[in-house]
Amino acid sequence: MPVDFSTIKADFPIFDRQINGKPIVYLDSGATSQKPRAVLDAMDNYYRNHSASVNRGAYQLAAEANDLVDDARASVARFIGAPSSNEIIFTKNATEAMNLFAYSWGHANLGEGDVVVISEMEHHANIVPWHMLTQSKGIELRWIPLTESGELDLSNLDALLDGAKLVSVTAMSNVLGTMNPIRRLADAAHAVGAIMMADGSQYVPHVPTNVTELGVDAMIFTGHKMLGPTGVGVLWGTTELLDAMPPFLGGGDMIMQVTKEGFTTNALPHKFEAGTPMVAEIIGLGAAVKYLENIGMDNVREHEVSLTAYALRSLKERFGDDITIHGPSEPASRGGLLSLVYKDVHPHDLSQVLDQANVCVRAGHHCAKPLMQLMGVNSTARASLHVYNDESDIDALADALESADDIFGGLGF
Amino acid sequence: MPGLEDLYKEIILDHYRNPRNRGELPPPACKTEGFNPLCGDEIVVYAHIVDDQIVDIKMGGQGCSISQSSASMMSQAVKGKTIDEVKQLTNDFKAMMSIPGKGAASSSEADSAEAIAAAKAAASAGDAGNIAATTAGAAEKPDLSMGDLSALKGVVKFPVRIKCAVLSWNTLLEAIEQAEAS
Ligand SMILES: Cc1ncc(COP(=O)(O)O)c(C=O)c1O
Repeated sequence: MPVDFSTIKADFPIFDRQINGKPIVYLDSGATSQKPRAVLDAMDNYYRNHSASVNRGAYQLAAEANDLVDDARASVARFIGAPSSNEIIFTKNATEAMNLFAYSWGHANLGEGDVVVISEMEHHANIVPWHMLTQSKGIELRWIPLTESGELDLSNLDALLDGAKLVSVTAMSNVLGTMNPIRRLADAAHAVGAIMMADGSQYVPHVPTNVTELGVDAMIFTGHKMLGPTGVGVLWGTTELLDAMPPFLGGGDMIMQVTKEGFTTNALPHKFEAGTPMVAEIIGLGAAVKYLENIGMDNVREHEVSLTAYALRSLKERFGDDITIHGPSEPASRGGLLSLVYKDVHPHDLSQVLDQANVCVRAGHHCAKPLMQLMGVNSTARASLHVYNDESDIDALADALESADDIFGGLGF
Repeated sequence: MPGLEDLYKEIILDHYRNPRNRGELPPPACKTEGFNPLCGDEIVVYAHIVDDQIVDIKMGGQGCSISQSSASMMSQAVKGKTIDEVKQLTNDFKAMMSIPGKGAASSSEADSAEAIAAAKAAASAGDAGNIAATTAGAAEKPDLSMGDLSALKGVVKFPVRIKCAVLSWNTLLEAIEQAEAS
């Protein structure tokens, strides 16, 4: 079913706003996405009409709030092809989801010398929790290297996986846009008796996702990058995996029984959701998922591939060798995250100049410092896309890039 | 919105293009490194301090025009100065950046939160120059001129860039602390 993407911006109230009389050109969805009215309304509706604590009260309001959360959980499960909605654990964000997993699964399953394999393009959320286990448990952290073009170099995979208990790799790089062969990695991990975790933070919001087809045992992602609110993320794991993991935080909701002697844990998903959850945010995420499903994730992906192709082509045509765009050059094998180098202009200065035209791009290390070290830079300027972007946004970016010459044109080192 | 001409003054771009005192110094000069966790900018300060005086200073690192030009200008301004003078100059510079003065060196993290809050206030008040002028005009201070450094005054109108401008100064303060401790 064809979708008219030209009307999508109208679903996002923030684009009604102008700054200094000019529209906002939002190209930072890799950091966080904007929210459609459907998400704002769903959250508002909970607070206005159904506000009550979940999992507790027997009265009508509480039952309604419960239903809204259950519906959101089921929607998220459907969205990623999870066999059961009990496998959807709501957390604060992707980072907390990874820490929950690393702490709970890691402490139960990893010991001195056990190997965890990650890659050189990981976000700090998939690095630091493992560094912490290196310190506390003496695990060994191994890194899948990258090729020149910013893809995983799997030529030595067998050696890297030797003795591995876990492979944890991002499905899409937040700096390079690279899409990684998760299925292949999962199969290779399973062949040596390891389990496979995917960081879906940049993938799930943009690409049709089915965890069973990906072959992974666990995946994390974060609500605010997929048109949902901040304050809610997801750990998905197979029932088998989650059942075998010890609880993470202790307190209300996660228990079945508490006595003076001890406690027993509740069933999934509650076992990992201690305390009052972020009810409005969960409901908002459910609405975001339905909004994306309405457009159709195949259509979302197709739109972003064609927009990425347009961006790569038009920026190259206009700026030639003055612009470098990191990562794979083939739009179909990458996401809409474009790390740009424009002449000698430092990313921080570049984003400042672009801001004059309300062009919002992220300058920084993107929480991927090992990758930055590999690229030999401290930071990049990154333009990233979502459903509401169109060719006019790319044109505005290109026009604004040109204005950097007015200030930095004479720079030569 | 303040115009970029307030930020990217010609003299700033000149220091960015041709950084002064770039390089390294061997021990006994002390070496300290500063990072801006937000954007990844990096400053390395080599300060050779003898008898409470900065006899030589070299700068290294990578970063944006503001962090690197501030480092370059700072190196010129502090070379040959006494520790007390440098501390005073640092306070003056931070005051120009709308960061309230402190007796001793402070952690860069604390500074940044204050910097942003103070700068927002200053940016909305509209005139950063006045704040610097009043603070620097107080009595009984050594007569230290801001010189080229005053070109960075416009940074205060761009609060997120204040961290870039003060990075080299905080890194130098750390070097001084190190020298004082040993
Ligand atoms: C690949 C990747 N993983 C993890 C995260 C962490 O997401 P959050 O900050 O919402 O926990 C991000 C977002 O910055 C990301 O891009």
